[in-house]
Amino acid sequence: MAAWYHKVPAPKLPATDKRARMEGMWIKCDACGQIVYKQEVERNLEVCPKCGEHFPLPVRRRLDLVLDPGSFVEFDRGLESTDPLQFSDSKRYKDRLKASAKTAGEMEAFVGGTGRLAGREVSIGAFHFGFLGGSMGSVVGEKVTRLFERATERRIPAIIFSASGGARMQEAIFSLMQMAKSSAALARFRTVKKPYISVLLDPTTGGVAASFAFLGDIILAEPKALIGFAGPRVIEQTLRQKLPEGFQTSEFLLQHGMIDAIVHRKEMRDRLAQVLGLLA
Amino acid sequence: MSTFALDFEKPLLELEAKLVELKRHAAIGAGDGDGASLDGEIRRLERRCAKLTQEIFAELSRWQMVQLSRHPNRPYMLDYVQRLFTDWLELHGDRAFADDQALVGGLARFDGEPVMILGQQKGRSTKENLLRSFGMPRPEGYRKALRLMKLAERFDRPVIAFIDTPGAYPGIDAEERGQAEAIAACLEEMAALRVPVLSIVIGEGGSGGALAIGVCNRLLMLQYSWYSVISPESCAAILYRDSKKGEKAAEALKLTSRDAFENGIVDELIEEAPGGAHRDWEATAGNLRAAMRKHLRELREMSPEQVVQDRYDKFRKIGPITDSEAAQPEGEPARRWPQDRS
Repeated sequence: MAAWYHKVPAPKLPATDKRARMEGMWIKCDACGQIVYKQEVERNLEVCPKCGEHFPLPVRRRLDLVLDPGSFVEFDRGLESTDPLQFSDSKRYKDRLKASAKTAGEMEAFVGGTGRLAGREVSIGAFHFGFLGGSMGSVVGEKVTRLFERATERRIPAIIFSASGGARMQEAIFSLMQMAKSSAALARFRTVKKPYISVLLDPTTGGVAASFAFLGDIILAEPKALIGFAGPRVIEQTLRQKLPEGFQTSEFLLQHGMIDAIVHRKEMRDRLAQVLGLLA
Repeated sequence: MSTFALDFEKPLLELEAKLVELKRHAAIGAGDGDGASLDGEIRRLERRCAKLTQEIFAELSRWQMVQLSRHPNRPYMLDYVQRLFTDWLELHGDRAFADDQALVGGLARFDGEPVMILGQQKGRSTKENLLRSFGMPRPEGYRKALRLMKLAERFDRPVIAFIDTPGAYPGIDAEERGQAEAIAACLEEMAALRVPVLSIVIGEGGSGGALAIGVCNRLLMLQYSWYSVISPESCAAILYRDSKKGEKAAEALKLTSRDAFENGIVDELIEEAPGGAHRDWEATAGNLRAAMRKHLRELREMSPEQVVQDRYDKFRKIGPITDSEAAQPEGEPARRWPQDRS
């Protein structure tokens, strides 16, 4: 018998890569499922007012949040990748960079400079996860290295907010070597005896986790951030087993002795100021 | 040893089998009078074997080189230790959790001089591979490496690191014990080490798990080894959503020793025996010995401060970028192998 009606399949929703899905003036929190007023979320530092879920915060807002107003001076803005391997998969790397710059509104995955935090000069930088997954290629590696070098020269504390999938595949071995380069610059910075505070955001994995992000004198993390060396999918594929609940979250890391403290976004500035006060 | 052969090796192995057969005949029938003609045939076959080796190995694709780097008969770290060093004393454990058999370390002598040796070790049998975790170290492996590097520094012994790993072990226990922190600590401490460090990629140089013992003054690579940010299969799984497209990924990543040399990452390439290291362990070890001797001699001339500075300079300049606000592009002239090999 011929079907007398056609079942209309439900329209496929676009894959959500962000936790919050935009629906005009309202946002649905993917953590608690509540519908919340967008402006309220924004006022609340992109933290869900219902459950405290931390959504991504644009890199410049992140810096503004902790620095004294108007004190940030950006460095190394003009650094660009030369695409040394002329890398191409389904798209040319050069085109990916251009497209990412447009959608992310940033020229690269890292912004670094100097500023004052509670009156104290600091060398500070933050990753922008929206730019190619916050991946570290030669430009990011160079910026991080210069951040430590500036901190060494001026004998001021260093602060880095990490949110990165790891080393950038499209610059292959050059990306890998940035891990060594930045860690070497950090090794030199230690001699001036000023604190380096590493703040781990959602997510911090791979080559960024396995270099300067886990080398902080003090390591802080935002709540429920995904933090680890191998990504959960890689581990699941390798072991062919389900991962335990809460695996690789900030809370998991705190429990296993890998970080100093979990800090809510709205307390971040005060905690950083406190650490600087106690160590710098 | 297994009789495993890669596809592109097979024609050569077949020809060689014929040669062996012919030699056997010649030995048996030496008195028959046709020995002279057999001798001629043997010489002809030998020439053909040499020519075929050259033909096959002159034009290897990147993927074929990756396959050679993983050849089950390829010499591993401990095989080189046996051939290049004397007085070997393996040192175990990280003094905190366990002894990781995927990363081996110990003291030995090279040309009579005491040195510290580190390296990832793969297994040859399934049983041994489980023990060695296929050469994928866990945090305790890296912490052992770090402990031994500090020990070397305290007693002014150079560090020689053999890199051969598809990557650090990705597992629940490794994450629980801080795989990322363990690797990161190696990178920083190695950068500041006041004794010479010589790292040699002898097979696979996979990602941070390899680099963790690779922050060195001189980096050497065997001819058929690779070094990159990710293994070709994992790269393919991410880029093409198909881990079987490793061949394509290997091309895109430009991961061979030759690529690394041309990109200024590697200081010297070490030629392997004709047909690859697995065909002649002694000859390959011999080539390696000569290069190690040269580099260690040079590094021994440096003061501890110079050694640290030299290492810093080596890594500081890696990363081709331009600065649109500062005008001039940075970088060194391109290198080509083997023409300008020094």
